[in-house]
Amino acid sequence: MNKKVSTTEEQVKIRQETKQIFKRFGKKRGNLMPILQKVQGKLGYLPQEAMLEIADFLEIPGIDVYSVITFYNQFRLNPPGRHSIRVCLGTACHMKGGYITLDAWKRRLDIDRGETTPDREFDLDSVACVGCCVMAPVTVVDGKPQGKVEPTKVDGLLLAFEHEQEKKSKNENG
Amino acid sequence: MKTVSLTIDGKKIETRHGEKILWAALENGIYIPNLCGLRDEAESVASCRLCFVEVVGKEQAVTACTEMVTEGMVVNTRGAEALRMARSGFELLLSSLPMDCAHCVKSGSCELQKIAHHLNIKLKSKRFRKLLRELPIDDSSSLFTYDPNKCVLCGRCVWVCRERLGVGVLGFANRGFQRVVTTFAGEPFGESKCQECGDCVSVCPTGALTFKNGKTEEE
Repeated sequence: MNKKVSTTEEQVKIRQETKQIFKRFGKKRGNLMPILQKVQGKLGYLPQEAMLEIADFLEIPGIDVYSVITFYNQFRLNPPGRHSIRVCLGTACHMKGGYITLDAWKRRLDIDRGETTPDREFDLDSVACVGCCVMAPVTVVDGKPQGKVEPTKVDGLLLAFEHEQEKKSKNENG
Repeated sequence: MKTVSLTIDGKKIETRHGEKILWAALENGIYIPNLCGLRDEAESVASCRLCFVEVVGKEQAVTACTEMVTEGMVVNTRGAEALRMARSGFELLLSSLPMDCAHCVKSGSCELQKIAHHLNIKLKSKRFRKLLRELPIDDSSSLFTYDPNKCVLCGRCVWVCRERLGVGVLGFANRGFQRVVTTFAGEPFGESKCQECGDCVSVCPTGALTFKNGKTEEE
């Protein structure tokens, strides 16, 4: 669920950046939420090192920080990928097989909901409704809603990313 | 010390001023189903919703763990409305538990069996559809085994871990059906800061936390 993805170098950096945020806060337990939001704002997610630093700072057990982070949807345990995949599981998308679409993404990317691929290319998550139910089942790819995303379209979307990648590397080499 | 006298199930009882009905009843040999309550806790979390009792003069059944005793109070622990609510709560709880008593070391001393007997409910109650969590068992501690599938999320272990011992290894994570009692980042007990005092195992009402030597109490 919470795989370690950061290297030692990154860990040091995470600790430093987290500590910088403390300057603006007192050691009150009530400051936990704003601190978490600021740290995520800076790092893009909440790594274990940051959680431990926050727990130390507020003098509370590490599990309490973890508990709050896992309770709220707004907090991420994994770093954001270069491309974000948001599978809609709202009522209409649910009826149209949103779970099948989600399973297809999970299988293709080999990650679970809320996780990021080891190369940090994609991160996968679900959303409740994005407001374009006519296009169900919807997947929001990099902020752009894609309609009628059935497993074959998942393959198609991933293929498009691959092509883009190839083009980029060709341009860089040539 | 100021005392208060009240009647529970027709029995006259004297208890301390400010006491909660649940503890007054239990001290006097009147059983009220309960899971989440701990005697030393300053304020009950009242999350298990099993200790419903009826108090004369109150329109609705109340949770015995939060209701303070008053002079001349008349409590009925076997009122139809209170039992109906406790039964529904208990059956909902059972619907996400495996209830494999035949293979559970806790069988015989399990609070769930006691409550089921008291409420006259079958442990294999079919009222609600079974929905299991199917979480992995943590066998990494040298002292105990943790099976989150058998956990009722009463929070007793979480409370003793931090209040009585000041350790704070255990806590809740996630939300809704995914909610579990776990360690920081969900790491196994063997790799956590757990000092293996075993107090959490002693307060666990179910077979979620059990000593590896098969005993239910620490020696």
